[in-house]
Amino acid sequence: MSTNMTIHLRYWRQSGPTTKGYFEDRTLSTVNEHMSFLEMLDVLNEELQLEGKDPVEFDYDCREGICGSCNLVINGQAHGPKKGTACCQLHMRNYSDGDHITIEPPRASAFPVIKDLVVDRSAFDRIIEAGGYVSVKTGSAQEANARPISKNDADLAFDYAACIGCGACVAACPNASASLFTSAKISHLSHLPQGDVERNNRVVAMVEQMEEEGFGDCSNFGECEAVCPKEISIAAIADMRRDYVRAVLQG
Amino acid sequence: MPTIIKVLQSQVGRKLMTGITGIALMLFLVVHLAGNYAIFASAEAFNIYTQKLESLGILLYIAEAGLLFFILYHSYLGISIWLGKRKARSSGYEVYKSRGGASRQNLASRSMILSGITILVFLVVHIWSFKFGETEMIMSADGEPMRDLRQLVIDSFTTWYIALGYIVVLSLIMLHLFHGAWSAFTSLGVTNKNNTHAFRLGAYVFVIVLLLGFIFIPVYIFVTGGTGSLIAY
Repeated sequence: MSTNMTIHLRYWRQSGPTTKGYFEDRTLSTVNEHMSFLEMLDVLNEELQLEGKDPVEFDYDCREGICGSCNLVINGQAHGPKKGTACCQLHMRNYSDGDHITIEPPRASAFPVIKDLVVDRSAFDRIIEAGGYVSVKTGSAQEANARPISKNDADLAFDYAACIGCGACVAACPNASASLFTSAKISHLSHLPQGDVERNNRVVAMVEQMEEEGFGDCSNFGECEAVCPKEISIAAIADMRRDYVRAVLQG
Repeated sequence: MPTIIKVLQSQVGRKLMTGITGIALMLFLVVHLAGNYAIFASAEAFNIYTQKLESLGILLYIAEAGLLFFILYHSYLGISIWLGKRKARSSGYEVYKSRGGASRQNLASRSMILSGITILVFLVVHIWSFKFGETEMIMSADGEPMRDLRQLVIDSFTTWYIALGYIVVLSLIMLHLFHGAWSAFTSLGVTNKNNTHAFRLGAYVFVIVLLLGFIFIPVYIFVTGGTGSLIAY
């Protein structure tokens, strides 16, 4: 049997992109340890709606850590305290009765708040549009072994392809840099033969777009790697820099 | 492909240049440290070494101009990165906490701007007193007058506040390098998943050896009052 916990919440409220936001405090007394963090917010919203108040907006979709929609900053940490975990996979058993939890949206000029805890991450889409694709003829799938790829490259590409684009890297970075996201998206393609054709243009275009969106510089703090729900290494960022130099030198 | 200016202004280019100038300045520190140890070689060695340096003429000017350029470029990049983060996050968090684990946020990495600016100020004072400062003139073995910089070093380091200040600033330089020395190689894209630990370990060893090397001299001179047996008379 699980007992109910009392949790003191403090969350960001902002009615629109241009309005001034503020913190709202509320205590929940019926939090169950088996609830996920987002289910706890569902309970909060039910209570608010029963009182005729606006629910707190937050992003979510799959609730199983694979879509990258949720991106709450919980007590100052993107996705909360657990390693390799999106906040939808975070359970209330990680908290104790009487805990105080502050929930904020990811703070970055390139991620303007739409409402409450929901931010506009279309800057990421534009970085992808700049070069994060391969131009191939579609049709029936090729025989899997037609293009040999070394295990090393395949593993590396797979590690980087695990990026779900949640934006925790930006949220946690002291400089609000999008280097981990951008480099993961560059490197997961550049190690594969399909991505090799557009390799040079891709890295230059995506780095350019990343700056244009107003993300900060990378200072190799490595905080992004620590909060990444997919645990993508900042080796991706070193990889991006290598790729960039290669592109410039090859002209 | 982008122009060279565009490359240097890009976030990757800025990082590359921070790394390159940083590594160049670290190499300079190694050479500087080796030179410092001439003070223990013989009574004349340190002054002969500095005299030789100053007699290099045009070569010395080129080296000095290069160093100055590296220092200024490195500082400019560091300060602009620091200013840029304000723009990239115009409204901050009420609560912010590092996750730990893979994170390299620590005293060293969070204080790069402070340690950096302190080093800049120190450099002005340091060059003012040792390069342009007044010293006694003495005769060299071949009858040429030369600056008695060795005596200036001993006089400086037997003064407690100069010795202490020097040790504090040198420690700050090493704090700067505690993050900078391995970070530079990540900036250059040399590190990967397998070798990052080796680079980091190598950097920490480098920093500790350098720090001990630099502060041994003021500590020794201060403790022995400038008359220790290592300083040959």
